Amino acid sequence: MTMQSVGRPTTPNAVSSRPETLTGARGLLQDEPLIFELGGWDKTGVDLPEPELDALDLTGLLREEPINLPGLSEPEAMRHYVRLSQKNHAIDLAIYPLGSCTMKHNPRLNEKMARLPGFSDIHPLQPQSTVKGAIALMDQLAHWLKTLTGMPAVALTPKAGAHGELCGLLAIRAAHEARGDARKKVLAPKSAHGTNPATAAFVGYEVEEIDQTADGRVDLADLARKLGPDVAAIMVTNPNTCGLFERDIVEIARLTHEAGAYFYCDGANFNAIVGRVRPADLGVDAMHINLHKTFSTPHGGGGPGAGPVVFSEALAPHAPGPWIVQTPDGPRLDEDPVGDVGRMSAFHGQMGMYVRALSYMLSHGADGLRQVAEDAVLNANYIKARLGDLMTPAFEGPCMHEALFDDRWLAGTGITTLDFAKAMIDEGFHPMTMYFPLVVHGAMLIEPTETESRAELDRFIEALRLLAQAARAGDAERFQGAPFHAPLRRLDETLAARKPRLKWSPLNGDEAKKTLAAE
Amino acid sequence: MRFTKDHEWVEVDGDIATVGITAYAAEQLGDVVFVETPAVGKIVKAGEGLAVVESVKAASDVYAPISGEVVAANDGLSDAPETVNASAETDGWFARVKIADAAELDALMDRAAYEQYLGTL
Amino acid sequence: MRYLPLTPDDRRDMLGVIGVKSVDELFIDVPVSARRAGLVDLPLHAGELEVERELGALAAQNRAAGQGPFFCGAGAYRHHVPASVDHIIQRSEFLTSYTPYQPEIAQGTLQYLFEFQTQVAALTGMEVANASMYDGSTGMTEAVMMAARITRRKKAIVSGGVHPHYTATLKTSAHVAGIAVADQPANLDAEEAVIQSIDPDTACVVVQTPNVFGTATDVSKIAEAAQAAGALLIVVVTETVSLGLLKSPGAMGADIVVCEGQSIGNGLNFGGPYVGLFATREKYMRQMPGRLCGETVDAEGRRGFVLTLSTREQHIRRDKATSNICTNSGLCALAFTIHMSLLGETGLRKLAQINHAKARQLAAVLSKVPGVEVLTKRYFNEFAVRLPAPAAAIVETLTGRGVIAGVPFSRLAPKAGMDDILLVAATETVTTADIEAFATALNGVLA
Repeated sequence: MTMQSVGRPTTPNAVSSRPETLTGARGLLQDEPLIFELGGWDKTGVDLPEPELDALDLTGLLREEPINLPGLSEPEAMRHYVRLSQKNHAIDLAIYPLGSCTMKHNPRLNEKMARLPGFSDIHPLQPQSTVKGAIALMDQLAHWLKTLTGMPAVALTPKAGAHGELCGLLAIRAAHEARGDARKKVLAPKSAHGTNPATAAFVGYEVEEIDQTADGRVDLADLARKLGPDVAAIMVTNPNTCGLFERDIVEIARLTHEAGAYFYCDGANFNAIVGRVRPADLGVDAMHINLHKTFSTPHGGGGPGAGPVVFSEALAPHAPGPWIVQTPDGPRLDEDPVGDVGRMSAFHGQMGMYVRALSYMLSHGADGLRQVAEDAVLNANYIKARLGDLMTPAFEGPCMHEALFDDRWLAGTGITTLDFAKAMIDEGFHPMTMYFPLVVHGAMLIEPTETESRAELDRFIEALRLLAQAARAGDAERFQGAPFHAPLRRLDETLAARKPRLKWSPLNGDEAKKTLAAE
Repeated sequence: MRFTKDHEWVEVDGDIATVGITAYAAEQLGDVVFVETPAVGKIVKAGEGLAVVESVKAASDVYAPISGEVVAANDGLSDAPETVNASAETDGWFARVKIADAAELDALMDRAAYEQYLGTL
Repeated sequence: MRYLPLTPDDRRDMLGVIGVKSVDELFIDVPVSARRAGLVDLPLHAGELEVERELGALAAQNRAAGQGPFFCGAGAYRHHVPASVDHIIQRSEFLTSYTPYQPEIAQGTLQYLFEFQTQVAALTGMEVANASMYDGSTGMTEAVMMAARITRRKKAIVSGGVHPHYTATLKTSAHVAGIAVADQPANLDAEEAVIQSIDPDTACVVVQTPNVFGTATDVSKIAEAAQAAGALLIVVVTETVSLGLLKSPGAMGADIVVCEGQSIGNGLNFGGPYVGLFATREKYMRQMPGRLCGETVDAEGRRGFVLTLSTREQHIRRDKATSNICTNSGLCALAFTIHMSLLGETGLRKLAQINHAKARQLAAVLSKVPGVEVLTKRYFNEFAVRLPAPAAAIVETLTGRGVIAGVPFSRLAPKAGMDDILLVAATETVTTADIEAFATALNGVLA
């Protein structure tokens, strides 16, 4: 036989130490400068014809100073953004268990549908006769939302959950004003999302907190005490931010209505009950639905979202337009309706999100949506059951779509919820929601969603069990300095807030890095 | 030095009161990143907002312990908010107020009472 | 169901681990009266093919802008977006990530937001910008609220050149915030008229350039007048490409600048999602609404980015927050920043010049059509024309002849008594053939 003695070695050498790299790089993970440090001031990645301009009739209006925007050629731009993308966690990489945020799989069919030119390349103000399909789609989405919630009316236009809250409270305020009944207060539990009190204050209401019972629900007696002729509305999230169903919800609604107030339900957690429970049957008067949560339009690094609001009979007359009206010629948009709330934004809302959400609804159907709620709840309870012996569940009994733990089990370890969360990053997982809701000490809120397989849940649970055991065994160093294996170590948020640097300037770069580090 | 239940302190010198937040409050806030001091000339009432102090995790209103007119503000805090953490009850003062009603001081706690109060939190 | 990974066996085993017999036991807290045994009255699940068929049929009923001559603007503009933009925003790590609350594993999002903020500040000529708003109209409302906080005054003067939808959106919130909106009548060249209305109660003056009729205005004098009265000048820009050619609002003295950023990187999408740009002076930084990304260092001294100054925001400050906004327009901001970094200064300036040239070409051709009068004197890529009959009816007729002629002003403001005004826009996507087709069709209709 002939011996092949040239070519590359095919077995790894035994190496005892791991030397630092010569350039400071770490394998394929690239350090990436800012576009202002990369791009050329004269460069462009877009080929455009020479403009055919005669004399400009814009004397005195023309820009004289440089803008200072760098340009990149297409290959440079692709590399820049792809390198950046590799520093992000994503649902498509692993479970993204952020409680209250509902990070579920984003079906790609929805993206494809939203990009059909018949939806993506139509102008909000081109003649309605040329966008009948778009209006029909909005009408169909409205039908699904009304049927799933049992509510008779929906305002589609709000652009996000908080914008939906604003829409709902504006309608409530308008309803009271229409009766000449000026009310001053909104009641909300302390466990509420921060947007609830912020929205109520924006609409001109004083916010009063409702106490919580030991089992994590609204304290009925306290609610009854605080309800009165000055209360305009209550804002209650259901299932609530502790991941629990408000079992007294029907009574909460009854008491609220008895006091002449309206029941605003924060529908951020509708995904836990969709297809199984209709908010109308709970006595809700208004509820926003985060299409980017329940109906899986992508979160996109923080938006865009969409927050349509469903209304009860009592509030329907105050729902802001544009309204879809039925005509013999099919549905039309009434763009300038006489309403007492007014416009929520220019045009007709988040069409791109409507297409994605309807695509999701049609795919799942009535049967699939009910299964969505059941699997979301099953997955959360499975996590709670399998971690409950090592970590301390905040409340007894079954949870809904998210499992809430507190930090009692970390007592005496010197490890905080934050440390534990950061160590999860080293093990390849995105942390759960931390320190929210505020009513639970060192809260860890885990929401797996229905799109996690049993295998992924088990992988996640095993990693958390190993970490919990390490924490309990006193391996504090693993946690306190974590993460060690992420693209960056913990960031100095105090420095960022004390010396805000919100944009690049020629002074940033290396020089600034040095001064920042010295500070 | 006298104290409020909201963790402000007052040091009186003649008819001028220097106001700040206590070391306990600074510790609870964590790293202070920003202080909004009042404008000189502002008339404040006891219990009303006098300043705002922000840490990375919280923003809190600082209430005027006594009524009067603001005659000085600690402008140095805008460049060095960390002074509030380092020396809350000395260099980290927020404002000086010309006292309108000295009787209001009687309602405030002395150090022993404040420390006893802290023990109950 | 293709999106649900659990099998019947998985479900049975997991219920066993939990210690319950059926999933119904997990819903035990739902009041009996609200439990639904059967399915809601909606169709059952469908395969990709069926969904594509159904939605495709709806899409087919719409006439896409790209199908023929198209001249609509009025706050939403059709521009060409490079193919790489849509490719990048569909990368999993951008599309399927959340708000970057864990900066160690979200530097991709944070760095592009920092770059976005820098680009927005440069474009608007301002010192600081935030990480985006829902859109231009809601951004303008937030700007007025911010001006009221800063000045502690409760009156906003809004020029008659501001997009009527924007003014209507402002009024919705101003009503409950106790802010009086003094909006002036719609007028082609309305911006400087605000000066006479400024009084000591004025928190801010809101002007738009180019305005809804296309008129571009040097707002320096308005800035001086507002600031002399202790009020702030808010400048609204609905066509961001114009900033490649026209003076920046910052250079003209604006205190707050709000833009609709849709033109760069984002499609028409029937009105949303879009992306609001928001910029101001450094001294007002802490009064800004919305998310902010800032530079810092990590534990090893390496540069990194975090969300910062978040104590302004609702999740910490709750009822005392600067705004109730939680979501921004992240992915649309990404599309904006990618397109802008591809254009660069050179590309943006050229693109703006092409837009202006197309509009001038269109105006020259339309003004030759008997009965048509071009009204706007100094414009960027959009202008108003007066027609000899109500514009809405003419637009409808032209639609039948294959030309989407623009936006009748009556559609934005039915009660303004300006039914004969048509707003027409021409971007780089408009061809000479399109312009000729428009003129020919209009000649035919008016003849």
